[in-house]
Amino acid sequence: MMKFFSQSSEKGDLVLIALFAVAVFTMPIWLAPFGANYPDLMQRFAIFGIFATGFNILFGLTGYLSFGHAAFLGVGSYTAVWTFKLLGMNPIPAVIASVVVAGVFALVIGFISLRRSGIYFSILTLAFAQMCYNLAYSVLTPITNGETGLRVLHEDPRIFDDKTVETTGPLISQIFGYQMQGMTGFYFCGILLVITVFIAMRIFRSPFGMMLKAVKTNQNRLNYTGVNTRPYTLAAFVISGMYAGLAGALMCIIDPLAGAERMQWTASGEVVLMTILGGVGTIIGPIIGAGLIKYFENIFSAFNDQTLANIYSFLPDGLSEVLVSVTSLFVGEGWHLSLGILFMLIVIFLPGGVTEGLSRIGKLIARRTGKAQKNENEGGRRSSPMPGE
Amino acid sequence: MGILEVRDVNKNFGGLKALNNVNLDVEEGSVHAIIGPNGAGKSTLLNCFVGRLDPDTGTVMFNGKSLLGLKPHEINQTGVVRVFQTPEIFTDLSLLENVMIPAFARRDGAFKLNPFRDVEREGEVRDKAMNILEEVGLQEDRNKIASSMSRGDKRRLELAMCLVQDPVLLLLDEPTAGMSRADTNATIDLLKRIGERGITKIVIEHDMHVVFSLADRISVLAQGTVIAEDVPANIKGNPKVQEAYLGGAHL
Repeated sequence: MMKFFSQSSEKGDLVLIALFAVAVFTMPIWLAPFGANYPDLMQRFAIFGIFATGFNILFGLTGYLSFGHAAFLGVGSYTAVWTFKLLGMNPIPAVIASVVVAGVFALVIGFISLRRSGIYFSILTLAFAQMCYNLAYSVLTPITNGETGLRVLHEDPRIFDDKTVETTGPLISQIFGYQMQGMTGFYFCGILLVITVFIAMRIFRSPFGMMLKAVKTNQNRLNYTGVNTRPYTLAAFVISGMYAGLAGALMCIIDPLAGAERMQWTASGEVVLMTILGGVGTIIGPIIGAGLIKYFENIFSAFNDQTLANIYSFLPDGLSEVLVSVTSLFVGEGWHLSLGILFMLIVIFLPGGVTEGLSRIGKLIARRTGKAQKNENEGGRRSSPMPGE
Repeated sequence: MGILEVRDVNKNFGGLKALNNVNLDVEEGSVHAIIGPNGAGKSTLLNCFVGRLDPDTGTVMFNGKSLLGLKPHEINQTGVVRVFQTPEIFTDLSLLENVMIPAFARRDGAFKLNPFRDVEREGEVRDKAMNILEEVGLQEDRNKIASSMSRGDKRRLELAMCLVQDPVLLLLDEPTAGMSRADTNATIDLLKRIGERGITKIVIEHDMHVVFSLADRISVLAQGTVIAEDVPANIKGNPKVQEAYLGGAHL
């Protein structure tokens, strides 16, 4: 995976993406020691991996920090459920419709927000997302079903579904008889993750991606170089909005229920955390970040005093009680505290995120084994950590 | 007929008259220097050519087309390329990328959505960028990050970024400011060499050594007004210029 950092040829990209695909599809095996190999969590790794990868196309390449990407997630979710309601439970139309609708939304919001840059852009996107969130609860209730959340009902048209064989049980998205749940659901998300990461990789390596990096570094120079930066930033914004729409659709394919809480500003903030934690501007970083945060959320929050007591049971009674009471601050309800500390440590000591840490370790190993020279050549073009902007 | 014709350009900043009926004719293929004391309006004039400022009145014609009202990227696409006083480069990117970006901009125009092409396969653009880097003497450093270069190298890089666009008119805003004598001479040599391609150049400069080594014609600006325009030999002896700017001592 270390090679994700270095620029390489098209053939090299195919090798990398193949390795990545293997890593994704063997997740049930190599996540087992961490206790994270259950389908529900792995689905979320894949879905948020897609979300963060898309976000990184905007933030990592152009430097435009959107605080409203959860809006596109929500739009994608509602579109997916509506597709189920109208066309049936097949996930493919839901995916296509969500990506298209989220793209159109991103076009409108991006067109307005991208008139400003820096903090003003962030505030504009945040305002739009909060507007969507509040509209979903109020005037748009006929479309969003308000607080109850939008779900698929048996009496919905679902024109392409075969209604003769259906029972009264909950409706589940399915294709060719495969139900999008459990491991099947995970593999469906996993395939889409691999495809979307491949697309992101192509974008990173294209002249288009190079222009986006130039936007981040010096927009003024780019204007005086004959480049109209607006369509570039807008294209990046729309692409990342489409990624978010896809992630939103997948959430509903796994569980056909869309709620407005998905659009809240905390969800927009989460994807920012994921991207920075993993490594802004790297391809694999946001996926690592998404995995870490979802892992913390699910595993750390599940710890309680009893499990802690079991962990420390080998220690003398008094000591283990002290340790349990101290540690319990950081797990269970307090998992946000551990996440916060981890985030602070990363931002202070590894501004390039986890990927920067990995590449440092990689260089250290390379130096030990006497391959320092080679590594220098390969890693020379690695994107530098974010300068304080 | 000049390639750049500036007619009666006025620009006020509040009560300050930055440019006062400025006229300028730049001959195709020539090097035209604009000199003048600090605050004379040299940079303001240049900003009026590239779309950063719009003059209050007057016209700026390039190749028979007005440049006024055009956006900076549109002006660049007509062939007017600017080197800034402090180097404007892509500091986070490698030198090669810095030069490839303007080359792409010239090839693909103001916007092109080509997310599935591979930069590695753009051999033509890469070769062009490499040639220019070699010309300015930076080919060895092509994989270094631009922010790690010295100030003089950044200036040469910016020049390379402008040259790779095959400009028709190159605007140089103090290309040697803050350079050592050796670097200055190297830059003069470089500018003379690229002069052989027939690029028209407008140079704003304080260093008289540079001006008199390069310029075919000189315009002297003082308090927003052109007080003299002539060949270098005559400018040297012009008493009005000496009084306003040179103080007689420098020459």
